[in-house]
Amino acid sequence: MRPSKACLLNILVPVKRAVDYAVKIRVNPQQTGIDTNVKHSMNPFDEIAVEEAVRLRERLKDQVKSIKAVTIGPPKSSETLRTALAMGADSAIHVEIPESAPSPEPLAVAKTLRAIIERQSKAGADSGIDVVILGKQAIDDDLGMTGQMLAGLLGWSQATFASKVEIDVEKKEARVIREIDGGSEEIKCRLPVIITTDLRLNEPRYATLPSIMKAKKKPFEKLTAADLGVDLTPQLETIKVTEPPKRVGGGKVETVDELVAKLKEAGIKAV
Amino acid sequence: MLAVTRSSLPRVPWRVCRAAYATAPSLNPVIEQDIHHFSKILPSTSVVSTLSPVASPASDLDQFNNDWMGKYKGQATTVVKPKSTHEVSQIVRHCWERRIGVVPQGGNTGLVGGSIPLKDELVLSLANMNKVRSFDPISGVLVADAGCILQSLTDYIAPHNHIMPLDLGAKGSCQIGGNVSTNAGGLRLLRYGSLHGTVLGLEVVLPDGTILDQLTTLRKDNTGYDLKQLFIGSEGTLGVITGVSILTPPAPQASNNVILALPKFDNVLPLYKLVKQQLSEILSAFEFIDRTAYELAVKHGQGRALSDEDVRGAACFVLVETSGGRREHDEEKLNHLLETLLEAEKPLINTGVLSQSPAQFSSLWALREGVTEAISKEGKAYKYDISVPLSSFQDVVDGTREHLRSKGLLNDSAVKHVIGYGHVGDGNLHLNVVAESYSPEIQAALEPYVYEVVASHRGSVSAEHGIGSMKTHALHYSKDEVSIALMKKIKEIFDPRGIMNPGKVLP
Repeated sequence: MRPSKACLLNILVPVKRAVDYAVKIRVNPQQTGIDTNVKHSMNPFDEIAVEEAVRLRERLKDQVKSIKAVTIGPPKSSETLRTALAMGADSAIHVEIPESAPSPEPLAVAKTLRAIIERQSKAGADSGIDVVILGKQAIDDDLGMTGQMLAGLLGWSQATFASKVEIDVEKKEARVIREIDGGSEEIKCRLPVIITTDLRLNEPRYATLPSIMKAKKKPFEKLTAADLGVDLTPQLETIKVTEPPKRVGGGKVETVDELVAKLKEAGIKAV
Repeated sequence: MLAVTRSSLPRVPWRVCRAAYATAPSLNPVIEQDIHHFSKILPSTSVVSTLSPVASPASDLDQFNNDWMGKYKGQATTVVKPKSTHEVSQIVRHCWERRIGVVPQGGNTGLVGGSIPLKDELVLSLANMNKVRSFDPISGVLVADAGCILQSLTDYIAPHNHIMPLDLGAKGSCQIGGNVSTNAGGLRLLRYGSLHGTVLGLEVVLPDGTILDQLTTLRKDNTGYDLKQLFIGSEGTLGVITGVSILTPPAPQASNNVILALPKFDNVLPLYKLVKQQLSEILSAFEFIDRTAYELAVKHGQGRALSDEDVRGAACFVLVETSGGRREHDEEKLNHLLETLLEAEKPLINTGVLSQSPAQFSSLWALREGVTEAISKEGKAYKYDISVPLSSFQDVVDGTREHLRSKGLLNDSAVKHVIGYGHVGDGNLHLNVVAESYSPEIQAALEPYVYEVVASHRGSVSAEHGIGSMKTHALHYSKDEVSIALMKKIKEIFDPRGIMNPGKVLP
């Protein structure tokens, strides 16, 4: 479980394919979920995570040995991994689930990630993961739990809602500034560490054409949940999905008395 | 002929110049009796006037008397805002009888002063004519009042999976009637063609108040002269467009864009050729931005910049947009093109970026569309919207810069930048000269120089902005004497009293 002895970092970046934030969400007619036949892209927080991993390499140079992107999702999620590779990840793992399968829940995702991390450490002393960087939440389900659960399962340090990350590879230490209510908090934690990203951490780069071409030749591994011995069956049952009530326009009143009458009518009382 | 006299005149600021084209002397100003008459036709809220009995404050007329750039200023006393074609007809008939000049006004987003009165003509605002009359989701034909805002029409047909055949920066304010009467171009022209093709019918109130109803929805109709074409691009000098029937294309299901960095301008044309060949029907925009325009857009926060590494050594940029019916198909084509470009032995491009999400898609577009706004933040702009052969784009920009340099005007206190950007696909270059302030010296250095350059390439002095009051004197650089004489005859037939948008288009 412990990271490699050599002073080289292996970074794992879990990413999720989500409905793009610019798309207007529509509930499907059966009210079982949303219309997913729309433009998808990488969860923006995960994009920040990939960018941060690439920036760590730009700062730490050869001290970063590898950046591996991983996703759990339907066949089309491989496009999201291609984007991560084009941004600068070295290799990718796609844990593929059928197109029709329900979206896995945070605990199942965390267990899958744990299985991948264990698999990596078995692969060789110098390929164990030292740092996991992932989005603080996915913008589709807004659950925001995967990072914390993974840290719990592994017993690793966690630094959530990061707005600045510095890693001292020699000391095996991360300094992270976290966004908290009313300000920011700086913490120091030992590697291995789980870092979840907040919006202000960085601004992700464009994927350039040469890197998009190179990304096509980077190692790309496909696995199934069964290969990793994990069960992705959801524990929760979605009963119904509905749209929020439509906003109703206000009315104009002529006098204060009329306003008071309307307020009373609406059941609003003086406290 | 006119040009000779004009260029020999001492150069004075344009405002003074315009007096030369003022309203024909036979026109009458709006007086109180006219207001009484308008009040009988229209509800009181639809007449704004500084004259009694309405007596609105002068500031109420500011938005109708000034253009958005603050370049043109009219002295209209009265604005009428009819709600129906019948009301427009009654107003125009009255003006015809009283010989009052009429300036039809849409969203007032023009760049050449076409919608601003030269003196005290009546402003006829179409803003209250804003109803969609019909939309057929099968044929895609939309029939709407002239005052409908382009964006609201886009929103109206979006649920039916259709889009407007034109799109331009001013879409949130400009009106479809104004678009048609100025034959607006914009960003989708490459794909869907000009309004001369997409407009199927028009309803026009003629200068004597007669209603010309050609509001058909037929795509094919070869029965005699196609009169509606005369109103498209006539800038309100032949009549007031009150209704438009327009063919809207189905909305593309997938869009992608890519910005390519080019080492030299000479590569733009071979690139355009290759892109056209490979992308074929999914190519929807091919836009050119020179390095200076790009730097300005970035400086003024329009879209996120490319990394320094990607920009290094780039002389200009090209934005390519695809839109098609199926994403996988489009991406395969686009990827194949990009591979060809990168793997070529003598690459036409240095590098480029491909948008990965709708957010990046908008950000890349902002780098191109934001140039206009960036220029207005940088200084005072002399804007030339010209059509020249693609191969001479760069020569025109460089030539103008050298010309200004030779006149000693290229420095921080005079002209700061000479930039070029535009719609390569349509052969339309926007040549912009950004100066510290408007000055007679710069004006004199640019005109007639630019127009002469355009004429030497047999280009157009106004590719999509129109003539308005700004370029009447330059019309002859693009149209010969025979053409201008015919235009004047046509004007004479429609409007013998010269009341419609006087002083615009024709010299």
